[in-house]
Amino acid sequence: MVEWTDSEREYINIIFSNMDYDDIGPKALARCLIVYPWTQRYFGGFGNLYNADAIMANPMIAAHGTKILHGMDRALKNMDDIKNTYATLSELHSEKLHVDPDNFRLLGDCLTVVIAGKMTVKEFTPDMQAAWRKFLSVVVAALGKQYH
Amino acid sequence: MTLSAKDKAAVKGFMSKMKSRSEEIGAETLSRMLVVYPQTKSYFAHWPDLAPGSAPVREHGVIFINGVYEAADKIDDLKNGLLTLSELHAFMLRVDPVNFKIFIHCMLVVLAMLFPEDFTPQVHLAVDKFLAQVALALAEKYR
Repeated sequence: MVEWTDSEREYINIIFSNMDYDDIGPKALARCLIVYPWTQRYFGGFGNLYNADAIMANPMIAAHGTKILHGMDRALKNMDDIKNTYATLSELHSEKLHVDPDNFRLLGDCLTVVIAGKMTVKEFTPDMQAAWRKFLSVVVAALGKQYH
Repeated sequence: MTLSAKDKAAVKGFMSKMKSRSEEIGAETLSRMLVVYPQTKSYFAHWPDLAPGSAPVREHGVIFINGVYEAADKIDDLKNGLLTLSELHAFMLRVDPVNFKIFIHCMLVVLAMLFPEDFTPQVHLAVDKFLAQVALALAEKYR
């Protein structure tokens, strides 16, 4: 069981409540596909990923980015049991989508960069970043849990 | 993942923008690394103060960033250009290279905050590639 302090819960809630899912989701996924181009292997049916501009303008990628963030929302709403909340999602990513779990970390890093880009150094403090990183590592671990 | 001419140009262009805020970048990156990845504090146990923005953190932040600029100047031959720095890290500091990635991630987060318009995905890609090559060059003399 992951233990969360009150301030960690508060930080995570602040980040999500200030987040525009329709903006951050698409930006994070696009950035991941651009900065780590091998992640494009999972998006063969998503249309034009030919270059950075195409990726950033791609509506299917944008829709999927938003979907991913809404998926993370479930972790936010079930912070005390992310592992079980994500059991089915983990199975999906392993058995059906065949996503290498390291990609979750890569997407998480890009999401952090995009979220940070919307804040100043005084807003996204080291303590807030630490709480966010802890949340992401629990999410990533839960998503990788059903792989075998 | 060799740096293309386009990557090098993007890195050099962005580095020149960074120079106006070097101290801030260095201090914020190091401060964050020590808080977000507390295991990195093990390398700085001899400092009197590890709090974000403390004097040793600020001073050392500048040293780190100057190292990055030095690497950018030697971007055409990082392995040879950073030999002395590699020897320092390999034989004296003996920093586990996994921490280079941690430092890089913190720096990217800080750059995103300080340069929201300029730190585009394309620049992020070039800078990340460059810093990964720097990390490799730093680890060159380890074994």
